[in-house]
Amino acid sequence: MPRLNPINQRRWAQFRANRRGWWSLWLFLVMFTVTLFAEFVANDRPLLVHFDGDWYLPAVVSYPETTFGGDFPTEADYRDPFVAELIEAEGWMLWPPVRYHYDTINYDSESAAPAPPSRQNWLGTDDQGRDVLARLIYGFRISVLFGLALTLASSLIGVAVGAVQGYFGGRVDLFGQRFIEIWAGLPVLYLLIIMAGFVQPSFWWLLGIMLLFSWTQLVGVVRAEFLRVRNFDYVKAARALGVKDRVIMVRHALPNAMVATVTFMPFILTGSITTLTSLDFLGFGLPPGSPSLGELLAQGKANLQAPWLGLTAFFTLAIMLSLLVFIGEAARDAFDPRKTLGGRS
Amino acid sequence: MSAPLLEIDNLTVCFGRGAEAVIAARGVSLALSAGETLALVGESGSGKSVTALSIPQLLPYPQASHPTGAIRFEGESLLDASSERLRALRGRAFGMVFQEPMTSLNPLHTIEKQIGETLRIHQGLTASQARARIIELLELVRLPEAGARLGAFPHQLSGGQRQRVMIAMAIANHPRLLIADEPTTALDVTIQAEILELLADLKQRLGMAMLFISHDLNVVRRIADRVVVMQSGELVETGSMTQVFSEPAQPYTQMLLAAEPEGRPAPVRDAPALLETRGLRVWFPHRGGLLKRVTGHLKAVDGVDLSIRPGETVGVVGESGSGKTTLGMALLRLQSARGEILFNGQDIARLGKRALRPLRRELQVVFQDPFGSLSPRLSVGQIIGEGLGVHRVGRDPAERGALAREALAEVGLDPALAERFPHELSGGQRQRVAVARAIVLKPRLVVLDEPTSALDRSVQVQLVELLRTLQSRHGLSYLFISHDLTIVRAMSHSVLVMQAGQVVEAGSAEQIFTAPQAPYTQRLLSAALRTG
Repeated sequence: MPRLNPINQRRWAQFRANRRGWWSLWLFLVMFTVTLFAEFVANDRPLLVHFDGDWYLPAVVSYPETTFGGDFPTEADYRDPFVAELIEAEGWMLWPPVRYHYDTINYDSESAAPAPPSRQNWLGTDDQGRDVLARLIYGFRISVLFGLALTLASSLIGVAVGAVQGYFGGRVDLFGQRFIEIWAGLPVLYLLIIMAGFVQPSFWWLLGIMLLFSWTQLVGVVRAEFLRVRNFDYVKAARALGVKDRVIMVRHALPNAMVATVTFMPFILTGSITTLTSLDFLGFGLPPGSPSLGELLAQGKANLQAPWLGLTAFFTLAIMLSLLVFIGEAARDAFDPRKTLGGRS
Repeated sequence: MSAPLLEIDNLTVCFGRGAEAVIAARGVSLALSAGETLALVGESGSGKSVTALSIPQLLPYPQASHPTGAIRFEGESLLDASSERLRALRGRAFGMVFQEPMTSLNPLHTIEKQIGETLRIHQGLTASQARARIIELLELVRLPEAGARLGAFPHQLSGGQRQRVMIAMAIANHPRLLIADEPTTALDVTIQAEILELLADLKQRLGMAMLFISHDLNVVRRIADRVVVMQSGELVETGSMTQVFSEPAQPYTQMLLAAEPEGRPAPVRDAPALLETRGLRVWFPHRGGLLKRVTGHLKAVDGVDLSIRPGETVGVVGESGSGKTTLGMALLRLQSARGEILFNGQDIARLGKRALRPLRRELQVVFQDPFGSLSPRLSVGQIIGEGLGVHRVGRDPAERGALAREALAEVGLDPALAERFPHELSGGQRQRVAVARAIVLKPRLVVLDEPTSALDRSVQVQLVELLRTLQSRHGLSYLFISHDLTIVRAMSHSVLVMQAGQVVEAGSAEQIFTAPQAPYTQRLLSAALRTG
């Protein structure tokens, strides 16, 4: 680890000493990286086509069927046996491990949808004949990305608001706190449901609406930290030097608040993911057809005769959230001064 | 000599395990007979407190361990006693008095309940029996109006009174050994003297032995029969009180004894005042009632007039709560205040933030706690250079770096320290960095807020030397805030004595120290002479 100061080195060692958290971090990172490239893992287009001496990248570029000697000027359907035959006559195709996109309907499934796990569909299909594994991979990605984006945005706003309230104190703090108390009293779920009636919720709309209510989570800890720090001698000394308030907040006070913030973040992330899942489950989340864990759960509930739907969604969520909680616990340990600094009382 | 009451034999105290273990005390042997007072003296980190706390086994076990050694109390080995036996001994055979009277009492219980608890556990007294005994004990420790104070909570008592309650708890069960861990350090000098007297008297009257831990040889001089001097975990010298004080054998003990700041500041020339205040007031409102109306004021600083000439040091003396720090902060405009503050003839009391910024360069500050006053995440060079950047001194970072290194050299530190972080430095070094941060801007007035009180005595002396040298070299003016009269004497040309926000006496240092007029000043000086 280059350029880590000794305290951070000790924190890193403390994080690694929590074996469960350390392995969880690796597992999660592997799962996240794999799903990040979902288009190359689960897709109904081949990764690479060699046809008539030329190279094609159907996963990235869209080619009309006529390119391969077909009849239609629309995009080639590589799963169509006719197109496959055309291509294989003059070259070959390299498929990703899962040959379905999240919205590919498997028309040649042997049993009716929802079909149980088979060699074609490793985790079966859902009630519209779409491959569960493919939807799971895309759903995992969208959940984690949504969670990360929400966590990052709400931390930024929360830290800024908490910093201003704590540093200036007095009336700013008083009004800020009262506003947050009222704001936190609003029934979030109802508001989300009402708002979902006005706009067609897309990824960004949902993010914005949920951000309206999730930024308050960090304000309390950051504010408390700044209230404490503003009376520290080194902050007073900086004020006596004539350093601007903005600079003092960023240079001297913020590093103190970062410990609390970083410790809190994994738990905000799990919270964000859970909220998105529950909205999807209720049908007020992402637009219909999007791959989402909540929607899969809802399908599992609607199709109790197809237990693979509910079980898959349940295990995915349970594993993902447990990993994140374990990582969060390890991060909390790492930032715990009693553990990092030798624990003498 | 009869068999000793307490015997510690080759004791080692160790924290942590394996490679990371830290040895806090090594091979300590000492003995204490009944009725004797033994003082355990040393600078911070010398292992005196851990040695004392291993007797009642109050260290955080199992992180702490004793790889070698034995502790025998009346012939009974304590290190392998059962935990029930130890619990019975604690409070009954040993009484403990700690340094912080605020945190060692439970803030949620009345003093009757807290003293009564130990009576109930160890003597099985009923509530009414206990009540009589508690009043008796409180009278014994000379708590005024003992009977009326039974229902008081700790926050309703002053620091000295809380310490008396602690002592009452410690002696409630007639202990044979009283362990007092820096019992007077957190108290003001006048109260220190009273508590020391009380402890000596109680020891006599109850026939206890006392183990008295202190960093201050002068406190110990009044109370101990024998002294044990510790340095970095080891015993360096043991002897009777008179022997250690008159002919200290070890260089470390000699240094502890000799560490008294000497000399006087260089005289100042007569000149118009650099800084003057007229009727400076800082009042904090008390609010009460349903509408939070102001019902009264806490007058932290109440109508202070002072004047500092160029090159002069004005010492501000007073006990805790007298408003001396608030006065310093008000002069720096870090605390809002009423009244006039004339700096160089200009009233700065009502200047806005922006108008004040250029003046910040001329008015600097050094704080008490060298651990808290340096930002832990900036390097020493960045800390010193911060003010240069704000005031655009030096054209580029390279020139600022050079100026910062120059300032380090000036306060007697190696300029190579600029790359280090505060936690890598000792307390004395950090305080020098804080001084360098102030003087690098070439200020005209520096407020020194108890700059020496968190340091060991030997380091204090060096810092006083440094501050005086800087003053004569740059013609700096100082406002020197301290409760330590010896150091104020060595630093100041004139002195203000503050009590409850008001100046009770002001005058030249010579006059105040030789012929104090106000009764409060006389009391302060005589208490300081008795302990220090």
